[in-house]
Amino acid sequence: MRATRDAFGKALLELGKENPDVVALTADLGGSVKTDDFAKAYPKRFFQMGIAEANMVDVAAGMSTAGKIPFATTFAMFGTGRAWESVRNTIGYSGLNVKIACTHSGLSVGEDGASHQSLEDIALMRVIPGMTVVVPADYAAAFDLTKRVAAHKGPVYLRLGRPKVRDTYKDGEKFEIGKAKILREGKDVAILAVGPQVAFAMEAVELLAKEGISATVADYFTVKPLDEVTLKRLAETHRAIVTAEEHNVIGGLGGAVAEALARIKPTPMRFVGTQDTFGESGDPELLWKKYGVDAAGIVSAAKSALR
Amino acid sequence: MPALTPELEAELRETARNLRIEVINMLAPAGSGHPGGSLGMADIFTCLYFGGFVRHDPKNPGWLERDRVVLSNGHICPILYAALGERGYFPKEWFKTLRQVGSHLQGHPAMHKTPGVELSTGSLGHGICGALGMALAERMSGRDTHVWALCGDGELQEGLPWEAFMAASHHKADNLTIIVDRNDAQIDGTTESVMSLEPFPDKLRAFGFETIVIDGHDYGQIFDAMNKAQQTKGKPTAIVANTIMGKGVKFMEADGYKWHGKTPSKEQAAQALKDLGASPGSIPEGPWAAATSAKKKWNVPSRPSRSA
Repeated sequence: MRATRDAFGKALLELGKENPDVVALTADLGGSVKTDDFAKAYPKRFFQMGIAEANMVDVAAGMSTAGKIPFATTFAMFGTGRAWESVRNTIGYSGLNVKIACTHSGLSVGEDGASHQSLEDIALMRVIPGMTVVVPADYAAAFDLTKRVAAHKGPVYLRLGRPKVRDTYKDGEKFEIGKAKILREGKDVAILAVGPQVAFAMEAVELLAKEGISATVADYFTVKPLDEVTLKRLAETHRAIVTAEEHNVIGGLGGAVAEALARIKPTPMRFVGTQDTFGESGDPELLWKKYGVDAAGIVSAAKSALR
Repeated sequence: MPALTPELEAELRETARNLRIEVINMLAPAGSGHPGGSLGMADIFTCLYFGGFVRHDPKNPGWLERDRVVLSNGHICPILYAALGERGYFPKEWFKTLRQVGSHLQGHPAMHKTPGVELSTGSLGHGICGALGMALAERMSGRDTHVWALCGDGELQEGLPWEAFMAASHHKADNLTIIVDRNDAQIDGTTESVMSLEPFPDKLRAFGFETIVIDGHDYGQIFDAMNKAQQTKGKPTAIVANTIMGKGVKFMEADGYKWHGKTPSKEQAAQALKDLGASPGSIPEGPWAAATSAKKKWNVPSRPSRSA
């Protein structure tokens, strides 16, 4: 088990060496968002912006117009919430090449509680025209996707987490933005997941198999642009679709998939996510269980969808 | 270091007069927009773009060595468009398409639609922060470019610019100059009645800015302040330019903040043009005609190529 934010920090450090245009900014959270190693190695390309996230995001926008590839880093709540209008008006509107890289997303922030658990950030970023939204499932995914995000031209929201999460991929796994990964082929129900819920989906497959249900698992790490080619195939070859994420069921991966399916091929769906509620303090694993975004939650949603 | 000779001043005043005429000619047919601040800042824009303070190449808007001008109070973009068009960034025929469907000239500046616009602005406060980002990036790249960020005084009621002021000072961004249009006017009244800013220059000084207060219509003072801004080391500069909203058009000057966001009628426009010494009857046709011709002639929504 390893944290996606640690993979981000490692990849960012490598990017510093690989690309002299990569710049990092943080808002008094360098230790938490894992920019410290980059800051030490490349002090002239690191900017401490203080507790002022909206300004940090706009500053990053200005830097991008001068040819830099800035990673603006903070917690998901602040980078996408407090700074939303900076992202929308200064970056999104003109398609600037800025990376909003946020850790501490979702319920798994844990003990800090609801004020710091962003369950709306995918929705907030997804709704901005031209924004790419990437949610890595584990350490290996976060490492490679950080590199892909840096190479991608245009604004990207990279959603990372605080705690150590189950490893789904082996180190060295390669990803392509916009292309979902099928991790398990089944035939009754397709489970589309992002973040830590990908590992839970893999667990759910085993539990469902015991009950005679064959499930497919797809890692939909690019929530936007959504891989509709794969989605169409999955909808055509399965009786139901289940989405899973530690995010509100409104506006996140589930919303994106439902919007697409309504157009491509209406398919019975169930949504694993927080059911339009705020989170609370507690151990991440226990919160995932309580809010039904763990393997058991996915199993029950899959069975419900097939009923 | 640009010097102001009597000949240059006469030339610049004539340029400013023409820019003001273009602002009226743009806004009156558009039927909406912000004339007051556009006219009030005409002298500052003239000195920046025609007085030798901005190193730029209108034929190569993406030139890496260029200075940057960011209009944070994007609503006064007619004066920016007038200056850019006059400098040759785009055909002056675009003026009559302002705010119409398909136009390159949006109601607020859009960098992906208008050559010479350095940052998309309009929502207040953001441009100052973006300009700081440019200044830091340029310094990082080892270029001696200067970033001029223009903003309104009412705009500074937003919290965001003060985050940028703190950061500009902290990071010693001496290649950044903020020019505040201190006209004491905003939509609902004077700034001091809506949400007082005073003691305003003291606040900027307290945030670490080399702060210069000038008459924003006095060319000598503008030149001195801009020259000083370019030479200041170790900290950013703020120029507080006391201006008169609607400067150059008597009935606008008299009514202050009321001309923040209202365009003149055809008759008022004729009077404004008369005040500015323009030939009578030179107001272009109304917005609908302009929209049609705009669509035909300038329907090029793709992004201008930018280097970097």
